Amino acid sequence: MTFRLGLIVNPIAGMGGTVGLKGSDTPEIVARARELGAEPQAPERAGQALGAIVAANVALDLFAAPGEMGEAEARAAGFTPKVIGSPVEGDTVAEDSVRAAQAMAELPVDLILFAGGDGTARDLVRAIGGQVPVVGIPAGVKMHSAVYATNPRAAARMVLRYMQGGISIRELEVMDIDEAAFREGAVSAKLYGYLKVPYLPGLVQGTKAGGVSRDRTALAGIAARIAEAMEPGRLYILGPGTTMRAVADKIGVEKTLLGVDLVRDGERIATDAGERDILAALDGTATIAVTPIGGQGHFFGRGNQQISAQIISRVGLEHITVAATMEKIASLRDNLLHVDTGDRALDARFSGWRRVITGYHTDTVCRVST
Amino acid sequence: MSTNKTGFQAARWNEALISELSEEGARGIVPPAVDAEIAAAVGDVAASLPPGARRAAPPDLPEVTQHRVLRHFLRLSQMCMGFDVTTDMMGTCTMKYSPKAHEHIARGAKLADLHPLQGVDSLQGLLELMYRFNRIMCEISGMDEFTFQPASGAQGIYTNACLIRAYHESRGDLGKRDEIITTSFSHPADAATPAVAGFKVITLMPGEMGFAGVDALKAAISDRTAGLMLTNPEDTGQYNPNIRQFVDLVHEAGGLCAYDQANGNPLLGVVRAGDTGFDMCQFNLHKTFSAPHGSLGMGCAAVGVKDFLRKFLPRPLVAEDGSGGYRLDYDQGEGIDKIRAFIGNVHAVLKAYSWVMSLGAEGLRAVAETAVLNNNYMLTKMRGMRGVTIPWPANNYPKLEQVRYSFEQMFAETGVTSHDVIDRMVDFGVQHCMPSHVPMLVPEPFTVEPGESLTVAEMDQMLAALQAISDEAYSDAEKAQGGPYNASTTRIDGDVPEDPDCWAFTYRGYQRKKPMWTSENRRKIERHDGGY
Amino acid sequence: MSDDNGFIHPYVPNAAPVPLRRLLKEIGVDNVTDLYVSVPEELQVKGLLNLPDALPSEHDLRRHVEAIIGKNLSCRDHLNFCGAGCWQHYVPAICDEITGRGEFLTAYGGGTYSDHGKNQAMFEFQSLIGELVGLEVVGTPSYDMGAAVNSAVTMACRITARRGVLLSGAVSGDMRSQISGFTKMVADVDTIALDAASGLIDLDDLKSKLTSDIGAVYFENPNYFGLIESRGAEIAEIVHAAGALLVVGVDPLSLGVLAAPGDYGADIVCGQIQPLGIHMYGGGGCAGFIASRDEERFVSEYPMILMSIAPGAEEGDFGFAWSTMQRTSYDKRHDSEDYAGTTQWLWGIGAAVYLSLMGPRGMEEVASGILQRTRYAAERINELKGISVAHLDSAFFKEFIIDFADSGKSVAEVNAALLVNGIFGGKDLSGEFPEFGQSALYCVTEIHGKKDIDRLVDSLAEVLS
Repeated sequence: MTFRLGLIVNPIAGMGGTVGLKGSDTPEIVARARELGAEPQAPERAGQALGAIVAANVALDLFAAPGEMGEAEARAAGFTPKVIGSPVEGDTVAEDSVRAAQAMAELPVDLILFAGGDGTARDLVRAIGGQVPVVGIPAGVKMHSAVYATNPRAAARMVLRYMQGGISIRELEVMDIDEAAFREGAVSAKLYGYLKVPYLPGLVQGTKAGGVSRDRTALAGIAARIAEAMEPGRLYILGPGTTMRAVADKIGVEKTLLGVDLVRDGERIATDAGERDILAALDGTATIAVTPIGGQGHFFGRGNQQISAQIISRVGLEHITVAATMEKIASLRDNLLHVDTGDRALDARFSGWRRVITGYHTDTVCRVST
Repeated sequence: MSTNKTGFQAARWNEALISELSEEGARGIVPPAVDAEIAAAVGDVAASLPPGARRAAPPDLPEVTQHRVLRHFLRLSQMCMGFDVTTDMMGTCTMKYSPKAHEHIARGAKLADLHPLQGVDSLQGLLELMYRFNRIMCEISGMDEFTFQPASGAQGIYTNACLIRAYHESRGDLGKRDEIITTSFSHPADAATPAVAGFKVITLMPGEMGFAGVDALKAAISDRTAGLMLTNPEDTGQYNPNIRQFVDLVHEAGGLCAYDQANGNPLLGVVRAGDTGFDMCQFNLHKTFSAPHGSLGMGCAAVGVKDFLRKFLPRPLVAEDGSGGYRLDYDQGEGIDKIRAFIGNVHAVLKAYSWVMSLGAEGLRAVAETAVLNNNYMLTKMRGMRGVTIPWPANNYPKLEQVRYSFEQMFAETGVTSHDVIDRMVDFGVQHCMPSHVPMLVPEPFTVEPGESLTVAEMDQMLAALQAISDEAYSDAEKAQGGPYNASTTRIDGDVPEDPDCWAFTYRGYQRKKPMWTSENRRKIERHDGGY
Repeated sequence: MSDDNGFIHPYVPNAAPVPLRRLLKEIGVDNVTDLYVSVPEELQVKGLLNLPDALPSEHDLRRHVEAIIGKNLSCRDHLNFCGAGCWQHYVPAICDEITGRGEFLTAYGGGTYSDHGKNQAMFEFQSLIGELVGLEVVGTPSYDMGAAVNSAVTMACRITARRGVLLSGAVSGDMRSQISGFTKMVADVDTIALDAASGLIDLDDLKSKLTSDIGAVYFENPNYFGLIESRGAEIAEIVHAAGALLVVGVDPLSLGVLAAPGDYGADIVCGQIQPLGIHMYGGGGCAGFIASRDEERFVSEYPMILMSIAPGAEEGDFGFAWSTMQRTSYDKRHDSEDYAGTTQWLWGIGAAVYLSLMGPRGMEEVASGILQRTRYAAERINELKGISVAHLDSAFFKEFIIDFADSGKSVAEVNAALLVNGIFGGKDLSGEFPEFGQSALYCVTEIHGKKDIDRLVDSLAEVLS
């Protein structure tokens, strides 16, 4: 069966960056950028990637979002795309992206190639989650998401390798940066969701090479280890991410993928808890269990700020469990973990080496940098 | 079609599966005839077996005439790149020449046709051989006693883990001491076998020098430490100079240290495990000591221990009998459970012994030094190759035994991966190199281990092949990615062996599942792009 | 090696002065010792190791080594009746030819495209064993039978998520030791009592021990004492009814006549490889295998490399690749429950050749002939005064127990006397199975003709008189 490739281009992604504006999500920013003479970036980047795919002369059916959201770029590169998802007058680019992606997932296509920034990645999370694997052509300014390839050529390579087979899929984090705070120079990230990305070491930003340990076994092992160590009466503060979700699965409770849940005596007592909820529940012994963000290595301060400095101090550093698969450890830059609790003095107490649980009966040690 | 410089074309016999060569009535060999008197005395015993014991129908084995069987397997052998026929620099494998003289000695009846239980008096030659080699290995390693019972490096390392376990158990500490420390670039068996032996495993990741630092080890050591099991130099070719400190720290904490000498070739006569402070070690006789690799086995591990651990070795041990001969000591004492049947792969022991006797002390040193020399020659030349980088640039030391290169730059610039290079290089008539064991921390890894056997011309041949592929990657990437073109088989559908609906491990399975290979309903396979 | 004379030897070409100097120059160092800077001085050996004088001449070396092993007595020139896990069978010339081929002998980790021939030979090994045992999945060789059994019973425990293993009482002491060591941390092993009369497992004892904790039940067929089990289907039913898996160990050389365990309900089969065209090598010829049905829950638990066939690029082409390596310790590292490594593939290739030569008729004839020779030997020996053959009325293949109780002689004494007559007697069981007293396990194979058996009988008679 001929390979089906979806194509979505966010034509306004990256426009802010060329004229010194951070981000280009809102119509105001876009207008300002155009005033300053900004040109769309994404179409050209998409064109580079498509050109590399055409040169490889492989058989595929290309499904493009309409107009300048993919169709135009595809034709320019020499494809005869099938257009999918009709544009709706007055809709934002984001809404059109979501509609196109959903239509592609329904077909289904085998892979979606998209050009954009973090915003576009979040649109895809909203639209399809992990239904179809995606490959990102970086075109935006805020490239916090590890789902983007290092450059358009690399993105093309990923598509071609995926078509050949022999390539893994993994779930990578999509972060949600607080736009307003970011434009003021502060970085504050929340974990938005996950996308499935074909994975080849070196191709995906923020990941060195990966180990190929069997993720399922490792996750199951981590989950069993943490679950079996749970003491009666003790509060467990489980951070976001798939690792902690695996722990929850093991105990038999639901877990918000992107939020902090509280567990005691095998029951979930709080869902997507904020700082206040956690403080309120902290009336005895407690353990915080978290997993670092792949690549960056933060286990506090990115995506789990609800677990505030105050909470960490009250629980105590010795009751913090950090867990990650060896694959994630291998993806860390320079094998370093990071903390950013907002309290410098508290951060400093973390510096040094820390044990990380990597499986049912396996650990590693990592240096924590502040 | 291909323009490889050597014009190499592998034999491509398109040899059918043996089961497809069956012709009714053909016989390959006739078993010994039963004497008429025996048949008359006992009758058809098979026919009088109880019904539940008797086979319902003859096994569906192929019927093939004798010469066709010979021809079949000879053709298969021609489609196999053993060291005997071509340059093989497969990293971590320590490929080297397996001298034919040693083969011929081992195949004689005085070794090949020995029964392990035929009585010690009739095995004096064998026991003497093992005893002498034991003493030689003690001198080489600085250990006090060896066993050759384990049948491979992994089984040797497992033996080390069992010895550590027995030691702590004898002291009543096993419940308390349940952690083994290893490193990410030690062989997977250094992590796997202690896990199988029941230990928790702590894996140290490399620092900026490419090996684990002392501070990482200190962070991993605790009062739960049972021992340290690692390879040094590691699979990247880098020697961790802090090894003595590592050993001392683990000893201070009450643990034992086991030296996996899988990469021990460059250290023969240069460094001894005992002098480095280790309590035990293992060597691969089928790597370092020239016993042939046997297509992935006739392996043998030499496991050595210091005196205080001798009592834990698996039985039987070869010992002097006090009157100039030798005996097998079966007295179990505190010996660990048997690792393998009988006393070991004695044919490998003979070949290893012969090799050491041929070389002597000076020769052993020359082996080690030449392996390092060859390795750094390859490094010097490959450094300049377009697309090749050497990881951990902070580590400027010459590498011992092997080097793990990276084709990361080539990949970023051309899209050609290390797997592409591995597949393409066989077109140049050389065995391919290995990328890396898991974890594949180095992107686009490529591990090259020339060893001491190769001539300069053979190394240059390999370099020329790699250079040609590099050139091709930068001028015709698609060509570089499409290899091999001149191998014994065309490119396979790599998803089939990974797909439960498609995989087939026997002819039976193949016949049943073949239709699925071309089915529209094949599932999409999530594959892991490992080192194989 | 730092002086200009280098070192001349046929195994180390670049140690000679000319290439040595050239390589040093290319690298840019003066001495080879400069390349060892990463190795602390204080760890390095000073001078040379204290080893015996070298014998660089091939002639001298051969004389030396052959003089040592010349002190052995071989089963070629002595009459051997010892078995017990390693057996003397006829090794066809073509088996020796192929296992001696340099390409196979010196290959190692080559893959799909470089070692296609090795891969095909291994796939054919898997295939032909599969036909013998009646199962569709066969793994690449294990280190030996004990390793195969260890892998199989622990697989069964993982598949059933249970800890209990029941072993037939009729397995060798060595195997029990191997199993004890390997399963120590993950399984609880108990023994099934044997029925004194039949020498086979006591089904009542089996039933009484088959709790819901049992994951694996293991028996061998023929068992360690050579006895043939004919209640395989019944045992399988009992085992399955308890929710456990049946693991059966076989001597594949018997399977030309004996029932394929896959056909009577065995879930996992383990077997010996050495009887299939491999020299004994003092025990070095030992290797094992495991086999099962083609179900994902089984295949995913195999610890060793599995060679799968795959289609090539053109019609009719095929190749081979290692399947699903994430099952193995190579990938799992510290998450491993079993370990894989270099095992005994060369013997697997030899076995593939053997089975190809023998075909169905050869396998039927060799097994049938062994049954006849064994029975002839046992009956003749049983007639001797002072000794008796255990379970003479039962069916047995290749081996039987001789009880020397009434002779007043120990097995050791008898074997010493037999040796004087150029005969290797059977394995002394008195230490391994004290309940059998002075008994020995005797082995008769297709290499024993009537004259050989008669010679044994006459020698025994002489020794016992």
